[in-house]
Amino acid sequence: MLKNDKDNVIKFLETNLVPILFVIIIAFALPLSGFSVRYLFNEIIVRLVRNLFLVLALLLPIMAGMGLNFGMVLGAMAGEIGLIFITDWNITGLHGMFLAMILSIPLSILLGWMCGKILNRAKGREMVTSYILGFFMNGVYQLVVLYGMGSVIPIASDSIVLSRGYGIRNAVNLTGIRQSLDKLLPLKIGTTLIPVATFALIAVLCVFIIWFRRTKLGQDMRAIGQDMAVAEASGIDVARTRIISIIISTVLAGFGMVIYLQNIGTMNTYNSHEQVGMFSIAALLVGGASVNRAKIGNAILGVVLFHLMFVISPMAGKNLIGQAQLGEYFRVFVSYGVISISLVLYAIRKQRDKARAGIALADAQEVRD
Amino acid sequence: MKDKSPLLEMRNISKDFFGNSVLKDVSFKLEKGEILGLVGENGAGKTTLMKILFGMTVIRDTGGYSGEIFLEGKPVSYKTPFEALDDGIGMVHQEFSLLPGFTAAENILLNRESTKNNFMTELFGDRMKNLDRKDMRKRALKAIGKVGVQLHEDMLISDMPVGHKQFTEIARELEKDNIKLLVLDEPTAVLAESEAEILLKSMKKLSSEGISIIFISHRLREIINITDKILILRDGRIIQEKPTSSTNISEIAEAMVGRELEVSKREDVRVFDRTFLSVSRLWVNMPGETVRDVSFDVNEGEIFGIGGLAGQGKLGIPNGIMGLFPGGGEIILDGKKIGLNSPRIALDSGMAFVSEDRRDVGLLLDEPLDWNISFTAMQVQNKFLKPIFGNLIKWRDEKAIQNAAKGFIDALEIKCTGYSQKAQELSGGNQQKICLAKAFIVEPRVLFVSEPTRGIDVGAKKIVLDTLIKNNREKGTTIIMISSELEELRSVCDRIAIVDEGKIAGILPATRPAADFGLLMLGTAPVSGGAE
Repeated sequence: MLKNDKDNVIKFLETNLVPILFVIIIAFALPLSGFSVRYLFNEIIVRLVRNLFLVLALLLPIMAGMGLNFGMVLGAMAGEIGLIFITDWNITGLHGMFLAMILSIPLSILLGWMCGKILNRAKGREMVTSYILGFFMNGVYQLVVLYGMGSVIPIASDSIVLSRGYGIRNAVNLTGIRQSLDKLLPLKIGTTLIPVATFALIAVLCVFIIWFRRTKLGQDMRAIGQDMAVAEASGIDVARTRIISIIISTVLAGFGMVIYLQNIGTMNTYNSHEQVGMFSIAALLVGGASVNRAKIGNAILGVVLFHLMFVISPMAGKNLIGQAQLGEYFRVFVSYGVISISLVLYAIRKQRDKARAGIALADAQEVRD
Repeated sequence: MKDKSPLLEMRNISKDFFGNSVLKDVSFKLEKGEILGLVGENGAGKTTLMKILFGMTVIRDTGGYSGEIFLEGKPVSYKTPFEALDDGIGMVHQEFSLLPGFTAAENILLNRESTKNNFMTELFGDRMKNLDRKDMRKRALKAIGKVGVQLHEDMLISDMPVGHKQFTEIARELEKDNIKLLVLDEPTAVLAESEAEILLKSMKKLSSEGISIIFISHRLREIINITDKILILRDGRIIQEKPTSSTNISEIAEAMVGRELEVSKREDVRVFDRTFLSVSRLWVNMPGETVRDVSFDVNEGEIFGIGGLAGQGKLGIPNGIMGLFPGGGEIILDGKKIGLNSPRIALDSGMAFVSEDRRDVGLLLDEPLDWNISFTAMQVQNKFLKPIFGNLIKWRDEKAIQNAAKGFIDALEIKCTGYSQKAQELSGGNQQKICLAKAFIVEPRVLFVSEPTRGIDVGAKKIVLDTLIKNNREKGTTIIMISSELEELRSVCDRIAIVDEGKIAGILPATRPAADFGLLMLGTAPVSGGAE
């Protein structure tokens, strides 16, 4: 029994190594930063509103055994293109935001379908494939947005087109829809504004994900996630199901991007989506998710911990060694670090599971003595 | 019953893989509710026969089969296993095909889940239906009841003992309401005795309910106990088809192993006086060839054989000792303890291994013969190296390498254009000789040879075996030979150990009759003089 308890503790530490590390870092940095609790609470609310939807978009492919969907960048691009159009057409407020979402859907489906097709040819190497695919599609996106828009695709508004007559400016101002969702149902707690409508939308997504797990399609995805060969042998259309999971993830990422940008209010046309993919994945992993297992709780915890660290690390850095850049440096460093650690831990765990059969053999001999 | 057509009839089934005939004119009938025992050595054609029945794609990809199959009098020919499933034929494979993270119920109903409609179904189709957990549990429990065991339907597969996994798998087949024929491929191999008994009992029950069963097993006692009819396959032919009541274990064993050839002339039994290699409590985790708690001693100068059916662990023994797969236990060579899990330690201590996996482990296919032969010797023993600048750099001694290669090419009659030919251009038999040369050149004290004659023609077989004997007699090398071919072991070895279910079932002198070894392989009581 004692051995069992010890094993359980070790297992808990092993599966939650990354969140535990983050809690420790934050525990050190928090007093150093000197921020008030109220300020931090406010910041956390803002970050949850911005990022949670995007992070939740990653859950389905993980369930289907396709790992971390770096291809969510494709959905983010679709969302951005939707936003460019509604800005051009000058449709503001909630209408504009939802129209942007609707515009992103066909594009997301197309991109997701393509991504899914390609990933089906790269089974077992989904993550690196979708990562590179993201870079590749970034080039296509740049071609379309930088050269196609204003020349082939009509863009009327001068304010978003470069002065040369075609191509979209580096920064697009989204004042028309800025925080239109967040301010729909405002709720003030002290000085903190709680955007109830946005949280409601996120809650709807959570309910959808929980409900989806209980559908036939969700069950099929879980089966494929565990063993593609067994799922195939039982008659499940593995290739199609995998494509569906990527399409759903891409569409959700597109929605998430619109929500993210309506909160910020300006769009960095050529960079926003790049960062979004990496930071979302890092946040999910910080929340204790792994390549093959992720829950809604992981997403929430991850966004809180990851962004809390972002908020406090510049001040902590400044107060500690007098340099605020440390925080910015930390951001990128930590994101890549977290992703690397998670991938390595995943590989180690897989190897250990293999070795377990040998240990069982040795144990079986011991018992007979 | 007489006037009705049988449930299953396979008529004149033949199949060859690229000219290599594996099934010849196999015909049999199976009545409703009958239990048919299918026995035969590995490679006898049992698996291929079942693959044909199920329409596995591998059969069509390799040119299809000839002959006819009738199910309830109607001719059938399945293009995919799904068509066979639709017609009520179920199969439980040797390897589990269960999802570890799913519960028993979820696995039993995989892709046949009970569902309920909801508003999304209208929009997005049937796959958006909700699972009906309550109904699923009910159906799973019913299927488990049919097997007749206590199984918790909510238990995760990964938490189950191995026997329960097997029962889950069987329950999955029984859950299909149209099931008429169940094929069980070695279902008891992983079960403890009490569990196997439960399974046999439920098989009896199923057959009384009218479900026919094809039972593949090498545990002859089970076959005798449970089947109505026994079909013995050997080299792709039906050797014997008899009602179970009119046969017995030793008759089956003999028919299976067969080949009542006179054992090739052997010299008198040799006597050895010194234990050279002592293996105790060895376990090896080699997938598909697991070794459990194996102990044996080999004498100096002896040729020791290890036999047994495929998948029972005989290949795991040399691979474990040589450090190619993780293992544990104690190896003592000439009084010195040898560490496990490191090929380097094994090689340094004077052991050499000719792997059953010639192409992947044995040879550098893209390199010339002389390199292949000298490679291990160069790496491990610093042979064929010329020191230059006072040992600062070591240079390959091409001349010596070539001469050594020439010597072996002559001695072993290796058919090639010369020592610079690439290894992959040789035939299987000649490749095997290169592997042997590579082992001989390091002058090992103990040589493990694994499946030395697999996939090579008869003439080459003899040369390979003679080469081993010659090396043993002239250089006194202690040889441990692992082979699936019992006759081959009996013609070369002094003593033979038979491995069954990862353990040594018995060690007998090679002069004992073939049937004795056959019985050991089949998990029946050792005749006498067994190790355990």
